[in-house]
Amino acid sequence: MDLKEGSLSLEPLDNILASIPDAGDCDLIPILQKIQEAYGYLPPSVLAATSDRTGIAASRIYGVATFYEQFYLEPHGRHTIKCCRGTACHVKSGRDIIRAISRALGVQEGETTDDMRFTFETVACLGTCFLAPVMMVNDDYYGHLAPNKVKDILERYD
Amino acid sequence: MSEIKVTINGKEYTGKSGQSILEFAGVNGIEIPNLCHDPRLIPSGSCRLCLVEVEGQKGPVCACTFQINPGMVVKTETEEIRAIRKTVLELLFYEHRGVCTTCDENGDCKLQRYAYEYQLSDDIFQQPTGGERSENYTTGNKALEYDVDKCIRCGRCIRICEEVQADSALTFKSRAASVEVTTSFDIPLNDSTCELCGQCISSCPTGALYERAAKGKGQCKDLSRTRTTCPYCGVGCQIDLNINPKTEGIVRVTSEVGCIPNDGNLCVKGRFGLDFIDSDKRLTDPLIKRDGKFEKVTWEEAIKFVAERLNRIRSEFGADSIAGLSSAKCTNEDNYVFQKFIRACIGTNNVDHCARLCHASTVAGLARAFGSGAMTNSIDELKNAGCIFVIGSNTTEAHPVIGLYVKEAVMKNGAELVVADPRKIDLVRFAKLYIAQKPGTDVALINAMMNVIIDEDLHDKAFIEERTEDFEKLKPILKDFTPEKAEAITTVPAEKIRAAARMYAKAETASIIYSMGITQHTTGTENVLSLANLAMLTGNIGKASAGVNPLRGQNNVQGACDLGALPNVYPGYQSVEDAELQAKFESAWGQKLSAQKGLTVIEIMHAIEEDKIKALYIMGENPALSDPNLNRTRKALEKVDFLVSQEIFLSETAEYADVVLPTVCFAEKDGTFTNTERRVQRVRKAVAPPGQARSDWEIICEVATKMGYPMSYEDAEEIMDEIATVTPIYGGMSFERIDSVGLQWPCPDKEHPGTRFLHEGTFKRGKGKFHPVEFTAADELPDKKYPFVLSTGRQLYQFHTGTMTRKSAVINQVSPTGYVEIHTDDAAGLKIRDGENVEVITRRGKVTTPAKVTDNIEKGWLFMPFHFREAPANMLTNDALDPTAKIPEYKVCAAAVSKTRQPD
Ligand code: SF4
Ligand code: SF4
Ligand code: SF4
Ligand code: FES
Ligand code: FES
Repeated sequence: MDLKEGSLSLEPLDNILASIPDAGDCDLIPILQKIQEAYGYLPPSVLAATSDRTGIAASRIYGVATFYEQFYLEPHGRHTIKCCRGTACHVKSGRDIIRAISRALGVQEGETTDDMRFTFETVACLGTCFLAPVMMVNDDYYGHLAPNKVKDILERYD
Repeated sequence: MSEIKVTINGKEYTGKSGQSILEFAGVNGIEIPNLCHDPRLIPSGSCRLCLVEVEGQKGPVCACTFQINPGMVVKTETEEIRAIRKTVLELLFYEHRGVCTTCDENGDCKLQRYAYEYQLSDDIFQQPTGGERSENYTTGNKALEYDVDKCIRCGRCIRICEEVQADSALTFKSRAASVEVTTSFDIPLNDSTCELCGQCISSCPTGALYERAAKGKGQCKDLSRTRTTCPYCGVGCQIDLNINPKTEGIVRVTSEVGCIPNDGNLCVKGRFGLDFIDSDKRLTDPLIKRDGKFEKVTWEEAIKFVAERLNRIRSEFGADSIAGLSSAKCTNEDNYVFQKFIRACIGTNNVDHCARLCHASTVAGLARAFGSGAMTNSIDELKNAGCIFVIGSNTTEAHPVIGLYVKEAVMKNGAELVVADPRKIDLVRFAKLYIAQKPGTDVALINAMMNVIIDEDLHDKAFIEERTEDFEKLKPILKDFTPEKAEAITTVPAEKIRAAARMYAKAETASIIYSMGITQHTTGTENVLSLANLAMLTGNIGKASAGVNPLRGQNNVQGACDLGALPNVYPGYQSVEDAELQAKFESAWGQKLSAQKGLTVIEIMHAIEEDKIKALYIMGENPALSDPNLNRTRKALEKVDFLVSQEIFLSETAEYADVVLPTVCFAEKDGTFTNTERRVQRVRKAVAPPGQARSDWEIICEVATKMGYPMSYEDAEEIMDEIATVTPIYGGMSFERIDSVGLQWPCPDKEHPGTRFLHEGTFKRGKGKFHPVEFTAADELPDKKYPFVLSTGRQLYQFHTGTMTRKSAVINQVSPTGYVEIHTDDAAGLKIRDGENVEVITRRGKVTTPAKVTDNIEKGWLFMPFHFREAPANMLTNDALDPTAKIPEYKVCAAAVSKTRQPD
């Protein structure tokens, strides 16, 4: 991982830190949220710079950034698809839904579309097995899915 | 802390308020199982294995976080509690994969112990996952190996790295079942803030963290441990050499939590720097140089050869034509025997050692001001100091474990830290105030601080009146030494000087820590005197957690000085020019002694040039790399008629010798070292020496006997007993008394408990004496041709001339070669890129080495570590001497730097 180079501008970071004078450990979560807002994700080079500028240990920042599901260390789409690959969904041909999403977006699980519209993730169980097979887009649930419905649903998000 | 009565399992015990149940029970011999607890850490209560029942509490409580209170009734082993603990353990085994039969930690693993004690079923042991999960932050690292399968997520490694080492290299990453320990962004450990101290290994309760090189070399259950003292710096950490009796090899180095002075903590050198012991480059046979080539000879031949040559030179040119360099690396016993040999057998006081090059100015300065030239206080008192003033000491690199105490003082106890150093050293992170004085301007800085203290009426009048003399002489010098005047000399803003003065003077207890940045100057003695003035002015001496604390560099530089490896004093700083003392030693050693003080290290080298010294006997020192102005030193080594080198390796110096005598290293001999806080500690034999190597004192005794002055001792203990009879400050020392914990001198008799801090109530010399000191500039200042100021020093990973540290694979991985530090702007001006080879040139020599471009050094200054033979900083350094202490000015010389022209 290259933590020094990188063409990313640190100006947004400086603005964020300017708004939080004497930032310390307890400001870390709001800082990370703002960085994610500004950059769309948490670029490691920006986090390293955050450590340099605030004195908050880089290891601490990394620990927090990887602990919370809300934070992304890689570029992330505007919308997040979470498709279930749990047992109940699997039994109800959940695999086909995963394949349909892949085809519709041209990306594999864990990837983000080039236009930054979607990040496609799969999860172990969404906790709504009675709706199997299920996927979520942002906070919306789509249950009893069929592969041919996928494309229409995704078109609602831009 | 008040006393408290607490009942555990039906029996009443007395404890102190503030103790946790776990601690309290432990003191009283009751063990409560625990996994996330380490006395060095703030209790986290995360493993939940230490649950106990406390009367009146609803559920079980964590013994490690719950403090005792009066009348408390605790039960540690009820059936219910044991059942919960068993469940906790079973849950841990969902995360822990691996089997004890193949684990190195087998025998020393808490998890294993409890699994047995709580009779978990066999099928709880899961096979390791292996594969992808085995790649982690330690992959490829030569020091540590992390095995996520054996990790129970107790967080101790992470916490000790943050709380004790203050490096915060580690973190947990991710959540739930995929939690694991890693560095920030999973970068390789050596690219992180890690310093390879290995504290994380020492705290890990399982086999998850282990020394990589120790893996497969023997399980903990089969290793035997020998307690001894680290052979590197003056902290004198207690280390346990773990030996596999089958292979007789050292498998790993550990240290016991709770031991003095290091509480189980070590630095990279002590923990990973001992590969040299069984290096195949060790000398195994005596060598005599014939026609320019070394030939192996028998001991008999070698001893006879040395004795005859020395006798001949003495009868032809007199005893004063012979000189000896004793060694701060060798034991007290070796040093005592060596100086006795030079004084009684040869008949001269020409004996010195490398303390001349590091703290001669301390010995000279503090002896004049206080009457005794050693660290005034104990290491562990530092953590309770109100203010710590660190000047000219890169503590965390040169004395890493003392660095931990300084960090603890700041982080846990709120001490105010003032750091004065031309380089932005690591301690600056913890400092309330940082001052970057120009190298060689310390007197100006300290005088101005004293000016402020008097001006603002912050001095301790009662102390000055009762305990000191000559204060009147100090005042006039300080009168015009305003911070503004000092600013012009030191480049430090006047306001910062004022702030430093106030912080130091206002603290209840203020400790000064200094080292080579103060002493290695032509004004070294004056720098030391200034610090003594500062301490006396504010009454910060003669009490706990205050004082003037020179940190001694070598493992036994304190002891070598104590035992008279100096040209002007017998053991115990007893002057050779005092007729009464001379008579005392003449009768003790049964020989007429010289009343004339001898030559110092650099003077010896210069006397060779003048044909005054014909023979030089060197025990374990390496002047061919350590002395200033190496071209000149090396010429002298070449010129001297007869050179003997007693060594463990064929060092740069040994190569010049006529005879090389192979000696044993610290791990192969018994004896004592005296650490920087005056603590005499045991060195114990753990492994067999290579080949024919013999201990230094044995060799010396044989040479002396052959020369006609019989010397012989049964063992090192007998030497210490003799030392005690002639050395008042060591009068109460014996191997028996220092067996478990060392003793601090002065310790005049067998009942004396040793001395934690000096000058309580009265100074050694009676009254403390102020010495007015005027500022004088360094010997060589930058000019047009040599526009930079070059300083030299140490670096964390290496020690001195690298003879020992550079044999360590772990250390070579992080510190492969030398460099010169240069400020970013200077580098840009000269078009020098980071890592590019440059030439550093002074009036004395030229060295080619890679540039390290950094903002941690001021513009116009350069810094080079002196450990590397391929980039020997001492080719460049100035051998101008402090007139009093004869210490050379390693810290300042004028230099030029330029890009190396690449041959096309
Ligand atoms: S070796 Fe020391 S500095 Fe490195 S990770 Fe372990 S505790 Fe931290
Ligand atoms: S590596 Fe050891 S100390 Fe660190 S969390 Fe795992 S078990 Fe605990
Ligand atoms: S701090 Fe000094 S004595 Fe302690 S382990 Fe390191 S080198 Fe050895
Ligand atoms: S298995 Fe898919 S929602 Fe539970
Ligand atoms: S030792 Fe108390 S919770 Fe771990």
